[in-house]
Amino acid sequence: MAMQGDILSWPNRFAHLARQSSDERLRAFYTAGVQAPDTPVSQAQFVALDFETTGLNYETDDIVSVGLVPFDARRAYCRDARHWILKPSTPLHEESVVVHQITHSQVSEAPDLDAILEELLACLAGKVIVVHYRHIERPFFNQALMQRLGEGIEFPLIDTMALEHRIETNRLTLWQRIKRQPIPSIRLADSRKRYGLPYYVAHHALSDALATAELFQAQLQHHYTQHTDIKSLWM
Amino acid sequence: MQIEHFEIMQFLSAHPPFNDLSEDALKQLASEVEVGYYRARSEILHYGESIANLYVVRAGSVEVYRRNGELYNRISEGGLFGQRGLLMNRKVRFPVMALEDTLVYCIPVALFEAFCDEHEAFADFFEADDSGGLIQAVSDQADSNDLTTAKVRTLLLRELVSVELTRSIRDAAKLMTEEQVSALLVYDPSKPVSDDPEDDDGQIVGILSDKDLRIKVVAEGLDTNQPVATIMTRELTIVDSNAYVFEAMMMMLRDNLHHLPVVHKRRPIGVIALSDILRYESQSSLLFVKGIMEQQSVEDLAHYAQSLASVFVRLVNEDANSHMVGTAMSVIGRTIKQRLLELAEDKLGEPPVPYCFIALGSMARDEQLIVTDQDNALILDDAFEADKHDSYFAALAKFVCDGLAQCGYKLCDGGIMATNPQWRLSASDWQAQFEDWMDNPKPEALLHSSIFFDLDGVFGRTQLASRLSELVAKKAKITPRFLAAMASNSLRRTPPLGFFKDFVLEQDGEHKHSLNIKRRGTAPLSDLVRVHALAIGSRKQNSFERLEDIKEAQLLPPGKVEDLEAALEYIAMIRIRHQARQIEQGKQPDNNILPKRLSEFEQRNLKEAFAVLDKAQSYLKIRYQNKAILK
Repeated sequence: MAMQGDILSWPNRFAHLARQSSDERLRAFYTAGVQAPDTPVSQAQFVALDFETTGLNYETDDIVSVGLVPFDARRAYCRDARHWILKPSTPLHEESVVVHQITHSQVSEAPDLDAILEELLACLAGKVIVVHYRHIERPFFNQALMQRLGEGIEFPLIDTMALEHRIETNRLTLWQRIKRQPIPSIRLADSRKRYGLPYYVAHHALSDALATAELFQAQLQHHYTQHTDIKSLWM
Repeated sequence: MQIEHFEIMQFLSAHPPFNDLSEDALKQLASEVEVGYYRARSEILHYGESIANLYVVRAGSVEVYRRNGELYNRISEGGLFGQRGLLMNRKVRFPVMALEDTLVYCIPVALFEAFCDEHEAFADFFEADDSGGLIQAVSDQADSNDLTTAKVRTLLLRELVSVELTRSIRDAAKLMTEEQVSALLVYDPSKPVSDDPEDDDGQIVGILSDKDLRIKVVAEGLDTNQPVATIMTRELTIVDSNAYVFEAMMMMLRDNLHHLPVVHKRRPIGVIALSDILRYESQSSLLFVKGIMEQQSVEDLAHYAQSLASVFVRLVNEDANSHMVGTAMSVIGRTIKQRLLELAEDKLGEPPVPYCFIALGSMARDEQLIVTDQDNALILDDAFEADKHDSYFAALAKFVCDGLAQCGYKLCDGGIMATNPQWRLSASDWQAQFEDWMDNPKPEALLHSSIFFDLDGVFGRTQLASRLSELVAKKAKITPRFLAAMASNSLRRTPPLGFFKDFVLEQDGEHKHSLNIKRRGTAPLSDLVRVHALAIGSRKQNSFERLEDIKEAQLLPPGKVEDLEAALEYIAMIRIRHQARQIEQGKQPDNNILPKRLSEFEQRNLKEAFAVLDKAQSYLKIRYQNKAILK
């Protein structure tokens, strides 16, 4: 349990940011707070989040679509899912179009992130954000807001890829570790396969978000108990 | 804004019944889905809990069980489960377990029902599911009930206490004392055990009770070195260990037995007592029956009978099937009559000649429900002389019929009551009356009196009633004109289906837009079943038991009896649930249902049930009436 006054704990950090932030929407997001770090996973509210981007460099690339699916340990709720296509601040590269199949004409009619930010943050507020591969959503989101508001964003998140890495590493015997035997692929589709989850077409923000939510549910059932607390999973 | 969950849409569009839906409909479904993951061997649906989703297996596979733990079905990718619970009363009927790691899409019940209403093919899929949705729906109902699924053997809590028939009375008495039992089974180990269950009762040859010791030994000063065989009761009702608790309970109630020997593969394994069943069915209608006998006056009885409605509702809420509800209500009604007759004799003194008070109609058929008239009559011993004795029986009848009215059983509009001197006859006069009805059948005359062809002795010398039923069973089947007249009567009430198979409803009056489910459903069905039963000389009174006899006699084309059983059960349950709902809402229960209030499924199943009745009536017309014309 995080100590009272622990400046590094997420609840305290959110309280601090709620006071500091100059953007009303961000203030609302921080004011909603984070779930108590010792909340058991069976009680926690999650939201799976996925971005498609124009490229992999958060300093030069931008977000083209956002998908999110709220869920808990039992169910993922499609009716509360959201999906937006956005107009990025940097042009679409041909290579990225091949990946996410979002076309120039689609983005030319799409809104800027700023226009949907209030709704997006409302969907995320008070929930534990779950992503697969943490080096996309958090830095891209932070950078995109920096650009637009002159202020970034911080939040705890659970990374199903990191969890999978931990799980697969723990499976290795000492000898295998000494031999540096590689662990199996922990990419989203490959990880899902190990849990009997079906193949979903990748690189659609909404599908990937749902795929991530399902993967996390599976990981919880196989490797954790309902008493596991969220602070042991988030980073 | 509707989000396109195309992974879900694409999957659904590849599997029935979703494959026929439009893209918009699929989009709507996919956007409302909830997704759940279950690890292999984890429970997905638990018996009896409420269910709010239709489940689609997206990946993996699940096993569906019957309540007794038997595997019912295995469902893999693209398969559905949970529909039965949704269609019946939104409780899980079949528990489900993940066989492998499984991902399910859950469709909320509101959406499922909306889709059934809006998309015909979608609804048809669930109706046609597993061949004969109606029969399935009905048998699921039966499966879910504890009393109808629990076997008699589950009641046997102690070892069998039995004695060989050659042992002495003294040894038997000692054994009973040591074992603290009030009855012993007597068996003959030298008797061969035949495989044919129809053959005899196996090795059990008798039962010995405390009462036998008292009456036959002590009172008579009998030598206790005599073998038990000399005093045991030889006429036995025996139940097989595989019989249902419900059957055993009815055997005991009907024949007033306190002990029932149980055999397994024809060898004795134990005895069950009425108290075992009482313990088993703790909060039951049986306790209510017991309470009736304890009431000391008509006023007390009338007061006690006020909770009859809640006993009925409880039975319904415990998922009793129509046979059980009907039997329980009839046993209760019969017991109230018995208690009233005891009270009447207390007041009026011993009867001048023996008599039998009989129940007619639905009570005699064990099909009584909550809205019911009293239909009864008196059979008097042939020693009856009207001028000398009738004042006693008139007073007795008045006491009982008035008492019944106070207990909530309305006086019969048609005057079929023991208070009517026309229905207070000697055994011979009754016999003559029945013979006249059968020899000179006029449909109009029989219309009124067909109610007498379901009769059951309730109190007094019940053999008088049995002799009349025996007469009817023997004579009716060889009297085609009588059968034709009865058939003709039973065709007067038709099912409420129009030419386009829509419900035909009342157009005006108090019950506008409703249909009388008794007059147009259960009554014509039991009439029809009665004609067939009379034609084969069956002595059964209950419609389901009659149908069993009819099936055995192979009177109807294959499958027809099953259709009739399912139709009767379905219509009766709609009626029963309608009445239970009314009682719960504080209304006066009646038989008028508003089809609009039924779900699309119930409407379809009900129409199917009426269609069964319609076809069965056409068959009846051909079978019995043509023959009569030829005569």
